Amino acid sequence: MTIQELSIAGATIAVSFGAIGPALAEGRALASAMEAIARQPESANTLSRTLFVGLAMIETMAIYCLVIALLLIYANPYAG
Amino acid sequence: MQPLSTRTLFHVGPVPITSVVVTTWAIMAVIVVAAWLGTRRTKVAAGRWQAVLEFVVETIGNQIREVVLREPRPYVPLVGTLFLFIAISNLSAMVPGVSPPTAHLETDAALAGIVFLSVHVFGIATHGVRKYLAGFARPSFLLLPLNLLGEITRTFSLMVRLFGNIMSHEIVIGVVLTLAGLLIPIPLMALAIVIGIVQAYIFTILATVFIGAAVETTEKQRAT
Repeated sequence: MTIQELSIAGATIAVSFGAIGPALAEGRALASAMEAIARQPESANTLSRTLFVGLAMIETMAIYCLVIALLLIYANPYAG
Repeated sequence: MQPLSTRTLFHVGPVPITSVVVTTWAIMAVIVVAAWLGTRRTKVAAGRWQAVLEFVVETIGNQIREVVLREPRPYVPLVGTLFLFIAISNLSAMVPGVSPPTAHLETDAALAGIVFLSVHVFGIATHGVRKYLAGFARPSFLLLPLNLLGEITRTFSLMVRLFGNIMSHEIVIGVVLTLAGLLIPIPLMALAIVIGIVQAYIFTILATVFIGAAVETTEKQRAT
């Protein structure tokens, strides 16, 4: 396999596996936030702000994987 | 599509001017003109446009107050400008032919750099140099390297988060357009509006949280 083919395979693996963890985590976070809002609707403001910040933190992991994939495809230091 | 490279339009002296920079100038001009139109003749009984601007500034101020838990006045100019600039750049993807500046790494790096520096400036202005720097060795001196590393990584993730979200959505729309044709990407573009606003909000709220962590009394733990 050439470097290009390996990079494409690597990018695919990085994104596909890197998306699983954050997806599960965001689902759990969202579910608990929904539960909390249903129990205490008056705290919805604080909850949703904290939820957004937390989701952004979780999502960062997936985006790191995306960046690795992009680096492999577009800015690969080993591919000529 | 080359998400990591930019197109050079023309040169000013030895400095290459890319299309991203031109778009940024246009967005800056839009913001400045909108603000100038609203505040050119400020009255106590506000006109229509002035009322809109007052509402925007007041809302941003209230959001900041809820996060930093103190008078938001010193932080409104920076945080408000960040939010308005990022929101307008993200939404500029809706204009045909315009590529949003936030979909390029350089703009996001500049924005994250501004946040990184201003956090420390606000922290030092509130606590003084010695007390602020001592805050990095809390709760124990052993955590100093981790705190310093956290400063770097959170700035990096601030940059990469905005870049990744906006740029990847642009690519998704491009791919769907080549696969499916004219009308199919429209729901995705509607989603891009939501994502653009939400990412601007997240960037701003994170910047506010960082500033709040820098200016709060240092007994509490610093946000990472």
